[in-house]
Amino acid sequence: MNALQMFEQAQIKAEPPKFDAGDTLRVHVRVIEGTRERIQVFEGVCIALRNAGYRSTFTVRKVSFGEGVERLFPLYSPKLDKIEVLRKGDVRRAKLYYLRDRTGKGARIREKRDW
Amino acid sequence: MRAGLIGRKLGMSRIFSPDGKSVAVTLLKVGPCPVVGVKSVETNGYNAVQLGFEEAKPSRVQKPVRGIYAKANVAPQRMLKEFRVSEPGNYQPGQVLTLEQIEAGVRVDVTGRSVGKGFTGSMRRWGFRGGRATHGAHLTHRSPGSIGQCQTPGRVFKNKKMAGHMGDENVTVMGLIVASVDLEQNLLVVKGSVPGSKGSVVYIRDAVKAARK
Repeated sequence: MNALQMFEQAQIKAEPPKFDAGDTLRVHVRVIEGTRERIQVFEGVCIALRNAGYRSTFTVRKVSFGEGVERLFPLYSPKLDKIEVLRKGDVRRAKLYYLRDRTGKGARIREKRDW
Repeated sequence: MRAGLIGRKLGMSRIFSPDGKSVAVTLLKVGPCPVVGVKSVETNGYNAVQLGFEEAKPSRVQKPVRGIYAKANVAPQRMLKEFRVSEPGNYQPGQVLTLEQIEAGVRVDVTGRSVGKGFTGSMRRWGFRGGRATHGAHLTHRSPGSIGQCQTPGRVFKNKKMAGHMGDENVTVMGLIVASVDLEQNLLVVKGSVPGSKGSVVYIRDAVKAARK
């Protein structure tokens, strides 16, 4: 491990849960409003996971009132209170950008069955 | 004015500020730098400290240069660099300077050799807008346009911004804030970017200019 990797390793405070593209996530984000802090929940499908150690990010997409919304979170951001994996998706791609062009039935993702 | 330090750029990473904002940082391996020579007004006409960095195989150092190190009783070093100081009396040959003189939160200036870009056009080198993409533009999409007037002055002014070699020059970034210092690993973390490629040599000194209010 070189000095840069060691530095990044030392930054990691809590290991987030393992998940993949296609999984449905509930992301709890700390939001500061004035002086008060509260938790905001963003729920949707993880359409991309960018693995880069401490600099990893993931993109969550949801359709809110008919409008597609995507949020990109740094995986190790201290603003993330908690990441819940609600459902494992069965997908054949690492990046699910094709979901942007689909709505309704076409945008469904099969659930992964473990056996 | 204190002596600076010599280091190497390790690469860039990020840290999160207390309010959760991502801050880009550069990691530098700095020192230890032994004092190889001290120059003073009385003997040399100016005050300076010569610092070494990274021990070298003696066979890799020229014989006359080895003599300089032998005189200071310091192992031969790869790098030798002079820093102007105001109080040369504070330094003795053989003394080793480390990151102890820098602490988190202070500002430093970092000098490095910028990444060479080769021969570049005026758009990339100076940010010129180039020519039109359409409307009959012919062979002038990335050209600089006019470079001067007519018979008066009848010449192109010196230092006219034109295409040419870009990068591979000494660049100093001023007032970088130190994010953290790791004395055990000689690791200096500064906020922002530093000139040069990974592994290139950088010089660190106390910030010359005061922070903007």
